[in-house]
Amino acid sequence: MNGRMKKSPLKMYWKRLRQNKLAFIGGVMVLVLFLVAAFASIFSPYDPNEIDRHNILNPPSFTHPLGTDELGRDIMSRMVWGSRISLAVGFVAVGIATLIGILLGSLAGYYGGWAERIIMRFIDIMLSIPTFFLILAVIAFIGPSIWNIMVIIGLTSWMGVARLVRAEFLTLKEREYVLAARALGVSDLMIILKHIMVNSMAPVFVSAILGVASAILVESALSFLGLGVQPPTPSWGNILTSGKDNIEIAWWLSVFPGLAILITVMSYNLFGEGLRDAIDPRLWGTEEQ
Amino acid sequence: MIPYLVKRLLEMIPTLLGITILSFLIIHLAPGKPTDVLTEMNPKITPEARERLEKYYGLDKPVYTQYGLWLKRIVKFDFGESFSTDRRPVIEKIWDTKQPLMERRLFITFVINALSMLLIFLIAIPIGVFSATHQGSFSDKVTTVTVFVGFATPGFWLALLLMMLFGIHLGWLPISGLKSMDYNTLSVFGKIWDRAEHLILPVFISSFGGLAGLSRFMRGSMLEVIRQDYITVARAKGLHENTVVYRHALRNALLPIITLLGLAVPGLIGGSVIFENIFGIPGMGQLFYMSVMTRDYPLVMGILTIGAFLTLLGNLLADIGYMLTDPRIRAK
Repeated sequence: MNGRMKKSPLKMYWKRLRQNKLAFIGGVMVLVLFLVAAFASIFSPYDPNEIDRHNILNPPSFTHPLGTDELGRDIMSRMVWGSRISLAVGFVAVGIATLIGILLGSLAGYYGGWAERIIMRFIDIMLSIPTFFLILAVIAFIGPSIWNIMVIIGLTSWMGVARLVRAEFLTLKEREYVLAARALGVSDLMIILKHIMVNSMAPVFVSAILGVASAILVESALSFLGLGVQPPTPSWGNILTSGKDNIEIAWWLSVFPGLAILITVMSYNLFGEGLRDAIDPRLWGTEEQ
Repeated sequence: MIPYLVKRLLEMIPTLLGITILSFLIIHLAPGKPTDVLTEMNPKITPEARERLEKYYGLDKPVYTQYGLWLKRIVKFDFGESFSTDRRPVIEKIWDTKQPLMERRLFITFVINALSMLLIFLIAIPIGVFSATHQGSFSDKVTTVTVFVGFATPGFWLALLLMMLFGIHLGWLPISGLKSMDYNTLSVFGKIWDRAEHLILPVFISSFGGLAGLSRFMRGSMLEVIRQDYITVARAKGLHENTVVYRHALRNALLPIITLLGLAVPGLIGGSVIFENIFGIPGMGQLFYMSVMTRDYPLVMGILTIGAFLTLLGNLLADIGYMLTDPRIRAK
């Protein structure tokens, strides 16, 4: 402890994150995926929606590195553009979920009483409905589109964050500096925002990163079922749908998009878990494998 | 113990009501009236017939009356009639009493989920215990990495890969349906084998996500317990390491796992939509998918409600299991 505590926490986190090789690789991968999505036009050799009747269901080759689909569209280009969808859905959904989670979690944790009871009951209810069923049911009523699924995934995945924030608030609100602030007559809102919220954000950030991974998985499953991103817009999930339709003749349609999902989800998970270890003060100073 | 159980049951009531309110509100998300879809699909419907329908759903009454009427009907498992051309009651589509048990959709889904749950526990617990007792060893690292990759693998993608490998490339396993075309000509043993063969891939896929999660959790739980003082005491008094691990540590490490059993139910039920769709299994998940695709609102609502009930039931069973195994709660 002693000397090291003088460094800023951010520097400490960074130092610990760098020591964790896997987490560092995860972080780099997350960055690479961002760049691919941001510069999709540079990374894709063809127009993702260009139909080529002469090159239908071509296996991987030098002209089409990951092959073509049943309309002769280049799979690599479609996957590069599809990464935009995954990231967009992941981040918007998690943004919504995190905002709701922070709001309800801090209300429940700070005020307690009936507010807490109602919010916790609401969380119980949300957790006892099979989330995937709920998402599908809502899509049946409002129709599938990328905006709809972003919002629906967000609205059905805030419960973990809310619980986390509540737990942080429960412990932090009893701290002496909070009592001191209250004794000085600082308003509730200011205490929540300036004294408790800032100190509970690290674990929320970690859970948001892990949340991106699971939102990407849900989006791909929905698009695979034809209830998410609608063709011709490319997404990893709907490329896999044509993989399923052509499973006996075109392995490349199934293998590559799934691999992309796997690598993306794993990168976010590695990065998130590494970050969790990096900011967990109980692990500071211990050198585990 | 009985008061605890009663308290748990009473606590379920507001949750149940909440679920029904939430489900009911979803109906009103649709643009226009829910019956619009029906008129869309059947343009020949007369204004009188439409009005009758709106009366049936109580659409001419205020929302809270509609909710009351709906609630009164679903308590009796009356979810209304399907919008599809056969117009059969929703409950009959999910649980058709005219069919043998093995052919009823809810039963099929239930059996596959129960088998998956069993498989998860049979595999994940030994893996978790092994990893924890061999912490840091090569095999612990291998399992940890495998579990981590498994965690990130989309189940439906794995299903496609296994179908390609075992169904198409090797030709070992059937990839669709629950039984073969020539099922009726098979001997009794042949029939059993035929059904088992059809279940291998679906059960494996539906348990896959849980396998990764639970073995990870089991490892953590076991590591936590092994650090406790009473384990040191058990070792210090000279007990055999196996006795320490299996009698003292495992029993305590299993307690949080039982709670997880209940929490796994919604994931399994939700997953059934995907794997039943991929493997062409005529269960409740497939029915749900079809109802969403055709916007068959009564069927969507019926299955959503039943799915939520099943989840609550799973939680309750997990609670009872916890009670039976944890002497501290039993004593209360």
